[in-house]
Amino acid sequence: MGHGGGGAMSAELVEQLFLPAFGAAGAADLGDSAVVEAGGARLAFSTDSYVVKPMFFPGGSIGDLAVNGTVNDLAMSGATPLFLSTAFILQEGTELAVLGRIAQAMGLAAAAAGVKLVTGDTKVVDSASGDGVFVNTAGIGLVAPGVEIGPRRARPGDVVLVSGDIGAHGIAVMSGREGLTFGTSVLSDTAPLAGLVAAMLRTGGDVRVLRDPTRGGVAASLNEIARASQVGVSLVERDLPVPDAVRDACSLLGLDPLQVANEGKLVAVVDPASADPVLAAMRAHPFGAGARVIGACVAEHPGTVVARTALGGNRVISLPIGEQLPRIC
Amino acid sequence: MGRGRDEDQRVRRRYAVTGVVQGVGFRPFVYATATALALTGQVSNTATGVTIEVEGTPDALDTFARRLRTEPPPLAVVETVTESTMDPVGGTGFTIEESGPAGRSRTLASPDVATCADCRAELRDPENRRHRHPFITCVNCGPRLTIITALPYDRETTTMAGFPMCDACRQEYEDPADRRFHAQPIACPDCGPRIELVTGDPGRHAWPPVHGETALRTARELLAQGRIVAVKGLGGYHLACDARDPHAVAELRRRKRRGGKPFAVMVADLATARRVAVLTADEEHLLAGAQRPIVLAPKREALADEVAPGNPDLGVMLPYTPLHELLFGLDGDPPMTDALVLTSGNVAGEPIVTDDADALRRLAGLADAWLRHDRPIHVPCDDSVTRTVAGAPLPVRRSRGYAPLPVALPFDVPPSLAAGADLKNACAVAEGRYAWLSPHVGDMDDRRTVDALTSVANQIEDLTGVRPARLVADAHPDYRSTRWALERAAGRPVHRVQHHHAHIAAVMGEHGIGAGEQVIGVAFDGTGYGTDGAVWGGEVLLCGYKAAERFAHLGYVPLAGGDASVLRPYRMALAHLRHAGIDWADDVPAVAACPQAERDVLAHQLDTAFGSVPTSSMGRLFDAVASLVGVKHEVDYEAEAAIVLEGLARSHGPVGRAYPIGVHDTDGPLVADPAELVRAVVADVRAGAPAAEVAAVFHATVAALVADLAGRARDRTGLRTVALGGGVFQNAVLLDAADRLLSDRGFTVLRPSLLPPNDGGIALGQLLIAAAS
Ligand SMILES: [Fe+3]
Ligand SMILES: [Mg+2]
Ligand SMILES: [Zn+2]
Ligand SMILES: [Zn+2]
Repeated sequence: MGHGGGGAMSAELVEQLFLPAFGAAGAADLGDSAVVEAGGARLAFSTDSYVVKPMFFPGGSIGDLAVNGTVNDLAMSGATPLFLSTAFILQEGTELAVLGRIAQAMGLAAAAAGVKLVTGDTKVVDSASGDGVFVNTAGIGLVAPGVEIGPRRARPGDVVLVSGDIGAHGIAVMSGREGLTFGTSVLSDTAPLAGLVAAMLRTGGDVRVLRDPTRGGVAASLNEIARASQVGVSLVERDLPVPDAVRDACSLLGLDPLQVANEGKLVAVVDPASADPVLAAMRAHPFGAGARVIGACVAEHPGTVVARTALGGNRVISLPIGEQLPRIC
Repeated sequence: MGRGRDEDQRVRRRYAVTGVVQGVGFRPFVYATATALALTGQVSNTATGVTIEVEGTPDALDTFARRLRTEPPPLAVVETVTESTMDPVGGTGFTIEESGPAGRSRTLASPDVATCADCRAELRDPENRRHRHPFITCVNCGPRLTIITALPYDRETTTMAGFPMCDACRQEYEDPADRRFHAQPIACPDCGPRIELVTGDPGRHAWPPVHGETALRTARELLAQGRIVAVKGLGGYHLACDARDPHAVAELRRRKRRGGKPFAVMVADLATARRVAVLTADEEHLLAGAQRPIVLAPKREALADEVAPGNPDLGVMLPYTPLHELLFGLDGDPPMTDALVLTSGNVAGEPIVTDDADALRRLAGLADAWLRHDRPIHVPCDDSVTRTVAGAPLPVRRSRGYAPLPVALPFDVPPSLAAGADLKNACAVAEGRYAWLSPHVGDMDDRRTVDALTSVANQIEDLTGVRPARLVADAHPDYRSTRWALERAAGRPVHRVQHHHAHIAAVMGEHGIGAGEQVIGVAFDGTGYGTDGAVWGGEVLLCGYKAAERFAHLGYVPLAGGDASVLRPYRMALAHLRHAGIDWADDVPAVAACPQAERDVLAHQLDTAFGSVPTSSMGRLFDAVASLVGVKHEVDYEAEAAIVLEGLARSHGPVGRAYPIGVHDTDGPLVADPAELVRAVVADVRAGAPAAEVAAVFHATVAALVADLAGRARDRTGLRTVALGGGVFQNAVLLDAADRLLSDRGFTVLRPSLLPPNDGGIALGQLLIAAAS
C-alpha cells in the first residue's frame, strides 16, 4: 500500500477517487493548502494528519510535526499562519504521560511558530495493534495582498533554491524506528518556516513557487512543480546539500537523498532577478542559513526533473512511487 | 539486347518479390541478370515489393528465376517470390520503371553496411578516381539507416541531399549497368563530403581545422603519440586511442570515468584479430561479414591490460567504413598501430554523440582532437555486439548492420509500438507479419536517452509506415520506458507486459512458435518486476503468448536496498548466507568485504525486511557466488560479476559434479531453494577449493537446475520445447551447458540467435504478447 508515500500514488487517489466522488463540492486539486476568499480577506487553509512511527525520534516528536507540518503548508502559500485546530485519535492503552509529552511539544512548537491552538477533539479507538497516537491539525493563515505563490507559476529561467541540508528528517525517523545508527546520529530538521517565508517575501522579490519537501522529498516537490508549470527542472547534483551522515545512510539503505523526507526545509522557485536578494534574506534567517541554489527551470523537457551528475550525465529524477524498486539489471 | 531467335519459343512470366528488396540494389540486380540472359521486360517497385515481367526462352527464364532466389544482392532479403505466366508481348529491351506514386508503400529500409570488397579495392587503386576517398560507397555498401531523413529512399531524403552530384557521379548513378546505379550516398572527391581535424580545447582555444589527407595524417600522428581522437563514424562519434599503449588506454578510461567496463577494439585486419583474440571459424565469419559487429571472443595477452581489465573476453571488430581503413593506413602509408580502442563517444549514461557541435561540446575534456566530416548523421546507431556459442551466433546488442531489418512474425500483429525495457533499451514497431526493432538506444536513466528513444521511435515509425494503434510497455511501475509509453500514447491503449513473459515470448517469436502454442520458458536475468510485486529473475514459465504460468522460481531472498545490492554483490552474498543459515564469519571473503557499519544495518534490513524486496533473481545469485568465492565484491557495470565468474568457469573447464539445490513443492510454483547450494559453495571455499573450480561447479549446477526444472515441467504438461531467455543466458558457458543437457534429454531447445537474450530483445516479446491478448 503505497498511497501514503506522497508521490504518484497519492496523486492518483486524488485524481481518480476523491475528486470524482466529491463532484461539484470538490475544489481544484486538493493540494496541501488552499487559498480561499472570505469576508474580503484571503485565507490559506490546510489540514494534515500525522501518523509517524516512532512518535518520538531523534530531533523531535509527532507533536512537533503536527504543528510545524501544518504551519509550513500554510506558509508555502505565502500565508502568515494564525490558528490551528488539534484532533487526537488515541489507540486504547496509550499512556497519559506519552500524550502529555506530545501535547507539551505542540505547545512549544506553536509558541515558536507564533500560532494559537484554538480548537480540538480527542477520540479513543480499540486497537489490536497497541498504543499509538494519531494527530490531525488544520490551520488558517492570512495571505497578504499581492502575494501570489502557486505551483503553476514557474517559468523557464527561474532559479531553484533549497533552504538547507536535505534528507535529515527521513533518516532520523528511520533510525529511530529501526533502532539503527548510521555512524553519526542524524536529527530531524523539524521547524516552522513561516518566519523564513516572511523574510523572503519582505525582499519584494518575485517568489513564484514554494514547497516543503516532506514525503517523497525534494524529488516529489520538484516533479509536482515541473508538471504543474510545464517546465523542465535541471539540478546540479554536486550542488545538492546532502550531509555526509545522510549520504552514508542512504547509500547503506539504497535510498536517493532527493526522495527522503524533510520537515523543516523549503524549495523555492524564484524569478532570476530576485534570486540574489531572496537567497541573502534566507541565509540571514536561522532556518535558512544553509540556503543555496540547486538548479534552474528550463524550457527543455517540460514536466521532467533531471540532475546533472558528476560524470556529466543527466539523471532523470522521477516522482517517487510507494517504494524504491530496483530497475537496473 | 539479344532476342530469342524463334519467336514461338518465347514465354513471358511475372514475378512478385517481397522482402527487403527496395533501396538495396534489387532492381539493378534484376536488370543485370535479365540483360545477361537476353531477356526483355521491366522491373518496378510496388507497394509490396518488386514486380518483374520478363520474356525470353523457357531455359533462360528458369535460370533467371533461380538467380532471383539464390543470388540476390547482399543487402536484400527475399521473403517470397510468386510466379505467374503471361502472354508474350515482345519488346526490345529490359527497363527499370520509375516507381510511380503508388498507394501506401512499405519500403523496407536497409541497415548500414560495411564497405564492400569492390569499394575496398577501388580505395586502394591509384588509378581509380576514388583512390583514398573516405566516402567511397556503392549500392552494396555504405550508410543507409543513419542517413535516411524521410521516405521514399532517395538522394533528396538522405543527409547526402546537401552534396549535389558531379557529372561523373551522376553518370554512374543513372547507369543501370553500374554498381552505383541509384546508390543514394554516391560521392567522389569532387562532390562528396570532406574530412577535417579539429584540435585543441574547442571551449577555449582551437587551432583552425585541417582538411583531407592532412587531417588524416595528423590524426594518425596524434594516435601514435598516445592521444585520444574523437572519430565520426556511421552512427555516431567514437573515441579512439592506441590499444597497445597502456598509458593512452588508461588515460581514456580515466577521462571517460569508465570504471572497469571493457572497451571494444578495432583492428586493422583479420590477421591482427587472430593475434589479439582466440577466434573460431564462425567468429571470423561474423567478424568479416557485411554487418561487422563487435565480436566477443577470448582474449590473448596482446593488448594493454586496461582495454578490458579482469574480463576474459575482448570485443573486437574490423574497419567498416573507408575512413576507418584510411586511419589504419593503406599500403605505403607510414606504419601505424594495428589496434585501436574504439568506444562510443559519449559521457557515461548518455547516448552516442552524433551532432558535430554537440561532439565538440560534450566530448571536450575527453578528446584531444576531432576527426570529423560534413555528412550529417540523422539518427544514432551504436555498434552491434555478438558472440558465438557452440557455432551459433548469440547477439548481445543488435544495432548497426542489423537494425532496421525486419523480424518475421508467426502471426498477424495489429499496428503497435513496444517501448522495451529500461536497460539496453531498444523499441520496436510491428504490423502484420513483420516487426522492426530499433537500433540500441541505451539505458533510460539519462534524460538524453529518453529523448533518443523518442527520436528513434519516430524514425522507425516513419521508415516502416506503421501507425501504432496501441503501445506496449513493461509492467514495472517505475520504468522510465513505461512512463514514456504512457506519455506517448495520447489516448491510445497501453498494454503492460510482465518482464520475463516478454523475454520468453521474444525467443518464441524469433523461432516462429505459433499463436496457440506453449513452451517451457526459462527466463534468467537480473531484475524484472513480478506479478506479486517481488523482483523476479530466476523463472520457469509455462509460456504461451497470451499467458504465462509461473511453474517454478529460484527461492526468494531479500534484496536489501535495491540498487545498492546490485552494485555491491557482497550484500547479495550476505543475504544468501543469512538465508542459508550461515554466520557472517570473516573467513568468508564476502563477509570480510562488507564494512562493519554496513553489516549492522544490512543485518537489520535482512531481519526486518526494512527497505528490502524479495528477489528470485538468478543474476543476483551469480553476483552472490562471485563475492562468496572472493573474485568480485563490487561492480562498475551490470553483469560484471557474472562475466568474471564465467571467465573462471571457462578457464577451469568442464567438471563432473554439481552442487545440490533442493526443489520444494509449495502451494504455488515450485521453489528452487538456493540455501543448500550456498552452503556447499561456502564449504568448498573454506576447504580451499580454487575459485575457478567453484565457478565451474556453480555453472554446472545452474545448467542442471535448468534441465531438472524443465524435466518436471515436461512431466506435468507434456511440453517438450524449452525457450531460454534473459540476460543471464549471455553467459556462453551456461548457455552451452544447459543446451547440451536439455538436448540430451530430448528437449527441443530455442536459443536467442536473432535478438539478444537480454532486455535489448524484449520489445519483440512485448509486441507478440499484446497482440495475442
Ligand atoms: Fe531482463
Ligand atoms: Mg503536509
Ligand atoms: Zn561498395
Ligand atoms: Zn562526384
